[in-house]
Amino acid sequence: MALLEIENLVVEFQTTTGMFRAVDGVSLKVHEREVLAIVGESGSGKSVSMLAVMGLLPWTAKVTADKMTFNGRDLLKLSDAERRKIVGKDIAMIFQEPIASLNPCYTVGFQIEEVLRFHLGMGRSQRRARAIELLKAVGIPNPAERLDSFPHQMSGGQCQRVMIAMAIACNPKLLIADEPTTALDVTIQKQILDLLVKLQDEHGMGMIMITHNMGVVAETADRVVVQYKGRKMEEADVLSLFENPRSNYTKALLSALPDNATGDRLPTIADYFKDGSEIAGAAVS
Amino acid sequence: MSVVLEARNIVRDYHLPGGLFSKGGVVHAVKGVSFSVERGKTLAIVGESGCGKSTLARILTLIDPATSGDLFIRGKKVDIAKGDLTKELRREVQIVFQNPYGSLNPRQKIGDALTAPLVIQGNVPADERRERAMSMLKKVGLGEEHYNRYPHMFSGGQRQRIAIARALMLNPSLLVLDEPVSALDLSVQAQVLNLLADLQDEFNLTYVFISHDLSVVRYIADEVMVMYFGEAVEYGTRDEVFSDPKHDYTKTLFAATPRADPESIKARLARKKAA
Repeated sequence: MALLEIENLVVEFQTTTGMFRAVDGVSLKVHEREVLAIVGESGSGKSVSMLAVMGLLPWTAKVTADKMTFNGRDLLKLSDAERRKIVGKDIAMIFQEPIASLNPCYTVGFQIEEVLRFHLGMGRSQRRARAIELLKAVGIPNPAERLDSFPHQMSGGQCQRVMIAMAIACNPKLLIADEPTTALDVTIQKQILDLLVKLQDEHGMGMIMITHNMGVVAETADRVVVQYKGRKMEEADVLSLFENPRSNYTKALLSALPDNATGDRLPTIADYFKDGSEIAGAAVS
Repeated sequence: MSVVLEARNIVRDYHLPGGLFSKGGVVHAVKGVSFSVERGKTLAIVGESGCGKSTLARILTLIDPATSGDLFIRGKKVDIAKGDLTKELRREVQIVFQNPYGSLNPRQKIGDALTAPLVIQGNVPADERRERAMSMLKKVGLGEEHYNRYPHMFSGGQRQRIAIARALMLNPSLLVLDEPVSALDLSVQAQVLNLLADLQDEFNLTYVFISHDLSVVRYIADEVMVMYFGEAVEYGTRDEVFSDPKHDYTKTLFAATPRADPESIKARLARKKAA
């Protein structure tokens, strides 16, 4: 049984000019111990579909799906209280801007311990010990002292490590990483990706890696979903996606990589879709 | 081949003010960097955040003075701390910033943004300013209808085109590009890189291209300089640096860059299976 199963997910936002459809009929599955990458440009609906899973969308959003289950439980029918018990515990999420996603007014220790108190009901000393253990697991030196640091006293990479520590605090079954390394330098990006893959393997988590960077996909994913303008363009295992992409959009995306430049010019998406109409017909799954 | 830009031993220190109980300090942001760029070529400066590459960009663009060292633009020594910055010199050097959402004034129409440099330079009549702005819009792949619009009506890629157009209005010989594509999507990035290559051919422009993305650098650069904590640890032609990196930091940088080719994916999957 798949860990997360989504069928025909549609997310619409209420705007002054009517409903805007951000996600248009996306279906996907994540199995246990599997890394699924969702790739797409900005506006492709990749973050929105995962926020819908977490129930973090604003009230202007309308979420419908034929099926949306996590570990056999129907996420669409959950009450808010029931959802709060799952989100942050069994499904955890890491966001793009590590410095912005931590609360600047509290120490990182307090913020990690808050998760442990809320979800696991641990006592004070137990929480402290577990928080030190978590910071050690994500590779922060002097964990006991760093617990009393505020986010502004840490670098971007360290803040992202703290976010990861919070996310894995309750041993989640599914970890959703939304562009976890976009704001970081390449050397730090490598460290964070290695850390995520190591933790995913050790804890046997399922992981969803949302990214627009094909390199990150190649380095981490088992299976890949390519999204464009809210639709799923292609789903394939990582090797066949790079070796022989089937949808025109994926081909365009791969050839726009400067690594693959042949000759003087980089092909752009527009070169593949001269009249812009083929995109809709190009979807394969 | 004429050398457009030459830097000899550029140093920039920032002095931190001392407080009541603490002594002031000095941050050595750039520690003696030397290089030269020939006309029509591209020098790429690579490094991670905090390595001094943007400080160097500000010195090259004549925004900040260097603490010491000599800067030559088209063979002439320039020291803006001594008031060498003339209008003619400003015409030679222009910059495109990283974030096109921050570098355009939201209350200024595109046409006004493009003609502003001509107004400052003076002696260009209004109808000619307008004409030159229109033709520049077309050169960067936008249309005349965009002249009277405001920045919020454009996407990120279009805004970066406008920022490039604005930088080119005075026919500069040197363009400093401070991470011009890092805020853009992959496909838009490809369009902007193509545009930059076209414009370089057309106007014989010299680029100093600052980036942290090695794949972009490999595509666009003729020469590459790698900076690390304010020092240039590696400097050479693109092929030299990419095929035979000398310094440890450059090697680390190459190793850290994610690779998107089937062979490395196969290798990774095999490692995973074995583990």
